[in-house]
Amino acid sequence: MTPLFQVKSLGKYYGSRIGCEDVSFDLYPGEVMGIVGESGSGKSTLLNCLAGHLEPDTGEVLFDTRVGGLRDTVTMSEPERRMLGRTDWAFVYQHARDGLRMGVSAGGNVGERLMAVGARHYGDIRAQAIDWLGRVEIAEDRVDDRPSAFSGGMQQRLQIARNLVTGPRLVFMDEPTGGLDVSVQARLLDLLRGLVREMGLSAIIVTHDLAVVRLLADRLMVMKDGHVVETGLTDQVLDDPQHGYTQLLVSSVLQV
Amino acid sequence: MSDYNFAYLDEQTKRMIRRAILKGLAVPGYQVPFASREMPMPYGWGTGGVQVSAAVLVPEDVMKVIDQGADDTTNAVSIRKFFEKTAGVATTEHTRDADVIQTRHRIPEEPLREDQILVYQVPIPEPLRFLEPRETETRKMHALEEYGLMHVKLYEDISRHGAISTAYAYPVKVEGRYVMDPSPIPKFDNPKLEMAAVQLFGAGREQRIYALPPYTQVVSLDFEDFPFEASKADHACDLCGCNTSYLDEVIMDDAGGRMFVCSDTDFCRERRAAGHVGAQGAPYEEDAA
Repeated sequence: MTPLFQVKSLGKYYGSRIGCEDVSFDLYPGEVMGIVGESGSGKSTLLNCLAGHLEPDTGEVLFDTRVGGLRDTVTMSEPERRMLGRTDWAFVYQHARDGLRMGVSAGGNVGERLMAVGARHYGDIRAQAIDWLGRVEIAEDRVDDRPSAFSGGMQQRLQIARNLVTGPRLVFMDEPTGGLDVSVQARLLDLLRGLVREMGLSAIIVTHDLAVVRLLADRLMVMKDGHVVETGLTDQVLDDPQHGYTQLLVSSVLQV
Repeated sequence: MSDYNFAYLDEQTKRMIRRAILKGLAVPGYQVPFASREMPMPYGWGTGGVQVSAAVLVPEDVMKVIDQGADDTTNAVSIRKFFEKTAGVATTEHTRDADVIQTRHRIPEEPLREDQILVYQVPIPEPLRFLEPRETETRKMHALEEYGLMHVKLYEDISRHGAISTAYAYPVKVEGRYVMDPSPIPKFDNPKLEMAAVQLFGAGREQRIYALPPYTQVVSLDFEDFPFEASKADHACDLCGCNTSYLDEVIMDDAGGRMFVCSDTDFCRERRAAGHVGAQGAPYEEDAA
């Protein structure tokens, strides 16, 4: 089986400072990988390099494209990379405001990706937008409201709908539940887990919340100071952490 | 002989503008940056159009200036006087006699010929600006032909108003490549953008020039189920009776009285001179005004 996504010794430096260094992993179709670590450990740098938002200094980021097979997205031309970014890839930001157009209605937000890949039939676009709003539990009568009239949880769900409407194969998520209260978090996680299973999505989730990865991720990568210090199955890493830092991380979680 | 260099601008500046115009003609619809000069009028009063006109004028040219179709409004009168004074060119109000026509927000009703040049004053040349405020990003979107966002605007129109309510500055796609803002002409004029004359667009404050060579394909963006429609007031001109021209609505009194008149004053006058009379029109007399 060919991996969907393959990263080989990726590195990103900010001057002499290390953003992340020597990161390698394979991601197979339908697999969800979590990346955990404290603030400043290089998680977001890594994710942005993977998603093409930042240009890595070393290494390769291979993606199994529909026509060309495994291709390095770093050396790929910019139009091709951006095309991937609005078809096969999706990026869910921590702050919904970064991922949404706040001045455009919910329907327009979901429809944008469709129109970006050439949909030109208003009725169809709208029907798909309403369908997707339903899937993320936003009522149909909110389709013409702007995201600024939505609650934080709804904005985040809208962002997810907007990203998944073109049927991507790989979703990058940067702290998707950050800043939401726990009950909203739980519902969002439930929703995400359902969508990931239903659509057979592969996903890479960056978070500092171990509960989130426990729930969503099959595999886990622990980062510290720009380096990967431990990888393995989620349950294995969380229940039997080997590296000192992972042990600290796991034991730091507050027990209620 | 006036103390100004011909058409106000110095020769080097005119060469620089001509280079931008030639590049614009070579890449129809592409916004060419140029070093816009300070003009003796405020931004928003047609500084871009004036610079383009100054660069294309030759002493033998006859010039016409219109503002919303009219020859007799402040903007048109002052720009016409500006070129009379600084270039010493002849001016006219007759579309057919003009070599260079500078326009603000209208295309003349009478079809233009291959030997004419139409110069538009453009306030905001970037059609994507209100959707994407970053210039770096919009340039990239043009370069990579990522125009999905333009349809988001039209989608929003339909979802809010039930129809594409954009009535002016209606975005067009030029030769299947660049999406272009045709300046704030009414969408009624959009089909006329495919014409015999050279069309030049100048945005002074935004420092951009773009152009349409003669007979360039210009398609107004739309949806399959909401096709583009060139709309106008459903009325005939009250002065000349014309059913097909673009109309201005003029409020006559405080009791709701109104009349519709051709926005193209030259077109209307010629029709009246030829004997056409509208519902509220009086028979035409020379110099009646």
